[in-house]
Parts: sequence; C-alpha cells; structure tokens
Amino acid sequence: MNVMYSASMIAVIALVTIALRFLPFYLFDGKRKTPEIVTYLGRVLPYAIMGMLVVYCYKGISVLTKPYGLPELLAGGVVVLLHLWKRNTLLSIVTGTVTYMLLIQFVFTL
Amino acid sequence: MKETLKQAFLKSLPVMAGYVVLGFGFGIIAQKSGYGIVWVFAMSVFIYAGSMQYVAVDLLTGGATLLAAALTTLMVNARHLFYGISMIEHYKDADKKKPYLIFALTDETYSLVCSGRAPAGLDFHSYCFWVSLFNQCYWILGSLLGVLAGTVITFNTAGVDFAMTALFITVFVEQWKSTGNHLPAIIGVIASVICLLIFGRESFLIPAMLLIGIALTVGRKAIERKGDL
Repeated sequence: MNVMYSASMIAVIALVTIALRFLPFYLFDGKRKTPEIVTYLGRVLPYAIMGMLVVYCYKGISVLTKPYGLPELLAGGVVVLLHLWKRNTLLSIVTGTVTYMLLIQFVFTL
Repeated sequence: MKETLKQAFLKSLPVMAGYVVLGFGFGIIAQKSGYGIVWVFAMSVFIYAGSMQYVAVDLLTGGATLLAAALTTLMVNARHLFYGISMIEHYKDADKKKPYLIFALTDETYSLVCSGRAPAGLDFHSYCFWVSLFNQCYWILGSLLGVLAGTVITFNTAGVDFAMTALFITVFVEQWKSTGNHLPAIIGVIASVICLLIFGRESFLIPAMLLIGIALTVGRKAIERKGDL
C-alpha cells in the first residue's frame, strides 16, 4: 500500500464530500430569500433520491444471466417485508444481510 | 442540557443500529483490503459518508486516479446538496454549531433533523448537534469494531456489503410509509431505472439526477396537488 497515494485519495474524497455539504449553505445563506423552486425541491428530493440509491445498489445485478439477480432481489424482499412488519431498522438490516450472505455462499454458488 | 442529551440519544437509537452494522461492514471490508485501524478511523472522521466509504475502498484497491475519485464522490454524494437545500432555513441561526451540523449532515442524520422540530421544549440546534455527534460516534465505533472483527473473523464475509442496500431499503420503506404522496419516490425509482438501462451501470447516476430534477420540476403541479409532503 502506498501511504501518500492512500492519504491523498482520502483527502480528495473528504474535501469533495465536505464541499457538497457546505455549498447550498454558501449559495443560499438564508439572508436572501431562498428561491421557491429550491425549497420545493428540498422537500420532494429526499424521497426521489432514496429511490435512486436503492436502484444504485441494484445496478450490479444482471436479470438475464444466472443467477438472474435472485440473491439480491430475494434478500431485498426479505428486508421490505420484515421492515413493513416490524419497523425495526436493526432487525431488517441484519436479517437481510445474513439472508444475502447465506444465499450467495450456500444457495447460489456458481 | 440533560433532557436534550437524553432525547437526542433516544431519537438516535435507530441510527445507532444502522450505523454500527453498516460501519462494521465497512470496517471488515477495509481491513480485508489492507486498510487497518488508523485508515478506517481517518475515513470515518473526515469523510463520514457511509456509502462513499464503501466505494472509497473500491477506488483505493483499484488504484483509481485522484480525478476519478473526485468525480465519483461528486456523483455518489451529490444528493447531499439537496439535504443542504432543505436545511438552509432550519440551520441558519445555528451560530457556532452550524459548521459541524453541516459537516455531519448524512442521510441518517438528515432523516432525524429534517422535520425542523426538536422534541417538546428543547432547543432545536442543541438537539441537532447532539444527534449529529452521537450518530458520527456510532459510525466511527462500528467501523473500528469491524476492523477488529476483520482481524479475527475467519468465516466467509462475502456479501456483508449488502448491509448498505438493506439500509437504503429500510429508509425508503420508512419514507414511503411516512407520506401518502408517493409520486416523488416513484419518480426517483423509475427515472433511475430508465437511466440505468440507457447509460449503463458506470455512468447512470448523473443523468438519473438530472432526469429526477426535471421530472420533479415539470410535474410540480401534479405532485403538489396530491399534497401531504
């Protein structure tokens, strides 16, 4: 492992992340009125972005070739059903992850 | 003060669950990739962005260029712009706490502070500050535990990264149940799937964000007519 390289990478990733978090507060400092379209987007975007992130997590699956994304879809289904039933975040995450690990390690072994 | 700490702690418990598990997964993966406790600590303190840290391990082990790392971070974390936008009003009078509140505005912290209200009678900014700090502590703790576990665990950890998917699904389900207006969530999913099919898995995030922004803007009347947001 190259220490300089790794440290620079982490610094770059941290700086870009911090910049993204601060930018809106810098652009719309609250003294001027925030444009109405921006507050509207601030209200609805979280829902849409979370949908996008779920799709992002599933970007690696291939539904046309074996195992047809089944481990990911089944484990995801477990998370949804369990969470609708119990509404317990820890339980949903742990059960879903263990289900997925068992599926790829023992059931859908290629 | 004591009441604020107590309420912040109670509200942060679900995040503790998610962050310890998710941080744990990150710690294991980093450790297995040759990045030990100091590296993991530095990443969890300075980057402090869950999914991005998983991606960071990929970038590091894959030998990505600094430019590629910056662009990837821009794509994966662009959603933070929107969290910021919706917190401008709520955080504008936070004074000395403001820099840390902004720095620590992760997906999960956002989900706890976005209502703009603290539990009865408490100072909103103090409440947010403690929620934010507790959450980051959970994240750091989870990731360090993951490194330690990674050094002793000998069983096959393949698939532990599904913790991130599971976390996003639970947040998605929570949001879905919290409102009767599902149009924004549906737009997010459909626009992303369309862009994934057109642009492919490596480059669909930016087009997806653009399409989501356009769809939400164009469909504003219909979305607001349904109300409940």
